Amino acid sequence: MAKHHVTTTINGNPVEYLCETRQTLLEVLRDELDMTGTKEGCGTGDCGACSVTLDGRLVCSCLVLGVEAAGKAVGTIEGMAEGGGLHVLQRKFLEHAALQCGICTPGFLVAARSLLEANPDPSEEEVRYWLAGNLCRCTGYQKIIEAVLDAAREMREA
Amino acid sequence: MLTRTKDEEKTLKVVGTRPVRPDGEPKVTGLAQYGADFSLPGMLWAKILRSPHAHARIRAIDASRALALPGVKAVITGADFMEQPFEYVGPERVAVNYWHMTRNIMAREKALYEGHAVAAVAAVSPAVAAAALKLIDVDYEVLPHVIDVDAAMAPDAPLLFEDMITRGVEPAPTRPSNVSKQIDFRLGDADAAFAAADEVVEMSFKTAPVHQGYIEPHACLARIGADGQGELWSASQGHFVVRAYTAKLLGMEIGNLLVHPAEIGGGFGGKTVIYVEPVAAMLSRKTGHPVKIMMSREDVFRATGPTSGASMTVRIGVKKDGRIVAARGVFRFQAGAFPGSPVMNACMCAFAPYDIANVHTTGYDVVCNRPKAAAYRAPGSPISAFAVESVLDVLAGKIGMDPLALRLKNAARTGTQTAYGPKHAHDGYAETVEALMKHPAYKLPLGRNQGRGVASGYWFNGGGESAATVHINEDGSVVIATGSMDIGGSRASMAMMAAETLGVPYEKVRSTVADTGSVGYNHVTGGSRVTYATGIAVVEACRKIIDDLRGRAAQIWDVNPSGVVWEDGHARPASAEVGDFAPLSLKAIAAKRAVTGGPIVAEAAVNAGGMAPGFATQFCDVEVDPETGAVKILRFVAAQDVGRAIHPSYVEGQIQGAVAQGIGWALNEEYIYDKNGRLSNAGFLDYRIPVASDLPSFDVVMVAVPNPNHPFGVKGVGEVGIVPPMAAIANAIQQATGTRMTELPMSPPRLLAALDSAEGA
Repeated sequence: MAKHHVTTTINGNPVEYLCETRQTLLEVLRDELDMTGTKEGCGTGDCGACSVTLDGRLVCSCLVLGVEAAGKAVGTIEGMAEGGGLHVLQRKFLEHAALQCGICTPGFLVAARSLLEANPDPSEEEVRYWLAGNLCRCTGYQKIIEAVLDAAREMREA
Repeated sequence: MLTRTKDEEKTLKVVGTRPVRPDGEPKVTGLAQYGADFSLPGMLWAKILRSPHAHARIRAIDASRALALPGVKAVITGADFMEQPFEYVGPERVAVNYWHMTRNIMAREKALYEGHAVAAVAAVSPAVAAAALKLIDVDYEVLPHVIDVDAAMAPDAPLLFEDMITRGVEPAPTRPSNVSKQIDFRLGDADAAFAAADEVVEMSFKTAPVHQGYIEPHACLARIGADGQGELWSASQGHFVVRAYTAKLLGMEIGNLLVHPAEIGGGFGGKTVIYVEPVAAMLSRKTGHPVKIMMSREDVFRATGPTSGASMTVRIGVKKDGRIVAARGVFRFQAGAFPGSPVMNACMCAFAPYDIANVHTTGYDVVCNRPKAAAYRAPGSPISAFAVESVLDVLAGKIGMDPLALRLKNAARTGTQTAYGPKHAHDGYAETVEALMKHPAYKLPLGRNQGRGVASGYWFNGGGESAATVHINEDGSVVIATGSMDIGGSRASMAMMAAETLGVPYEKVRSTVADTGSVGYNHVTGGSRVTYATGIAVVEACRKIIDDLRGRAAQIWDVNPSGVVWEDGHARPASAEVGDFAPLSLKAIAAKRAVTGGPIVAEAAVNAGGMAPGFATQFCDVEVDPETGAVKILRFVAAQDVGRAIHPSYVEGQIQGAVAQGIGWALNEEYIYDKNGRLSNAGFLDYRIPVASDLPSFDVVMVAVPNPNHPFGVKGVGEVGIVPPMAAIANAIQQATGTRMTELPMSPPRLLAALDSAEGA
């Protein structure tokens, strides 16, 4: 079967790719575009490791087809650092030791950025509920929550 | 020697601080490469065909239709792997049997659990490989199966191995059974000593198998050349062990296989063993192409190691004053389809926190039609602790004693005899209990439907084989390489210990995990051993570097090396008699590398003993919803003896993560099988691990009783935190509701049923 030619925008850059109808956006990112920062933890939308934004909306890229990205703007972990520096969230995750193995970290960062765009001053409970779709098995979430709250504080003051 | 490590806490400059980990940035930018992130030109994708039956004889496998599919390059089955001798190799507690291992990688005579690998395909794309799996014809003779451990021990149970004679019983049984091994530990005379007790409580318990739940599914990339040499990129807890196992199963010399350590996306014990590596390697050997395998999450649940479920009976006798006089435990553990549950650990750890004169523990390692159990954080200990710490709570109630006071009264200390052999060589347990007694929240009043529960835990902690290499570069920067996979910040702790020893800033030291060709053997990152054992190797290599640098300074000054000391990162004359020389910094000596003897490098290799065990005591407050049976964790206070924390944030992180896993084990997680022995909840939607909104922040209390056998006092911290939570939560639920839960998980339907039946009674 012929592949689809998809024209899209990823992290602000124009991108074209060919994909099969059945390929997920996650598979396209990882296997066709070598953007392996987006992780597969389950492939069924349960763990959030593959979180990306699609026209600004937080989605699991394993539940989006590659063809659905046509004409839209995709945001991945690879686009999070700005210029030569890390995003505040990335820096706070490091300062707070908010990652142990790090496999869930790209998904958490994309989801947390999405939270702070929607709500610059979340309570701890709001952070915990927003990030409830992202699984972490190492940290017990505490340092992740602390890092997000600290990043929100710094971003508000900036 | 004149070199010395400054182990007075007040003089430490780096140890105990909280710098950013050296491998941090790639992990927050998506650039770090995990098991599934490697590719090579010409690479094929492999997928594994798995048994749909819990127990079936494999009469024939016909792959001809699959091989005819365009794009399919090879199909392998168990017959492609060489036979292995039937023998248990290594210390009994962690013995390996390659006859079992090769059959777990790929079934031969029988499929022993749903999800058991029976064949594998390599093809040009994942889609073609998946299509080919459907074209492999397997002729199964379905056999009766057994899932539950008590059912598997029954005399008429279906047998997984028709010739399995229980080991550890004299005289040996004449009839085969599913009991692979019986093990007993005895101290004193427990049976007789119960007569002297004022109160005796005996209870039976069941626990469900739970999965380690690492977020990264197993994945690897293999390349085996026609010259017999190969490379593997694998996410594991120990690439040297992956190398040894894979080479063994493929009949390769170890030196012909180079294993690159991919970053690992969580393991918790479950990645100390192999599943996909020999399959990818065999397919690569057969096709001449690199081969990549990624497990699906469903594969991970169906075919990789959960820890054992168990059935247990524990009996403890106490005097009115709280003194424990006798303890008896019988622990029956599901090994899964092949022998090797952690029941021996369970027996050894069960009563280890306590000074008890009369103890008898018995363990049964029982095979059943489930995936083979794999290590999970302090393997075995959390299971037996659930039973022991629950019974202690009942006894505390009966004699009217505070549960912490009961534990403190019986606390094991240095010199206390264990039931399994050695005397305790370290303190630390009583200090965790005392820390909670002093904790301000321990006396806070509770509300309606709320309860508070206490429990303790013990874990051996590991030492063992590690090697490290330290290089000093010509600009004074330092590179250290170890072979210990960094699963939660150990590159940082290695760099900190090196910086402290050498007397240079943390930022001058870069810490790497090297491949199997570039550094000496390192055993797995497991048993909470890395900061201890690999840390000792790093410090010893740094001390060799210091001796080398002293020698070079002596050469520059033209004095005897014994006249040079190393202090604060500088060579200095030991006394005025040696001469009036300005101190030489590490950087200054490094700049003269070539003219003072060439490369500045040292390696240290150790088989570290002297590790100290982990002790933990925790209390939690819960609120039970009597309408739904849901349990909310209101507060969790976790005290643990950490020896000395090198990087306190990562120590806290270990304890917080362990408690979160324990809460999942206590309240939600279980394998649910249907009547055909098929797993009903092989995904994160139905096998529900705790999410951020389920949990409160935890209060971690780091108790520091340094281990004198480590240059900085380190004790392993990774595991023992998961031992107490299940009993602590059960004890809290009992206080909240008056109902004693003896089966895990204490999920809403199960707790609700218990509350309803208590009401009806």
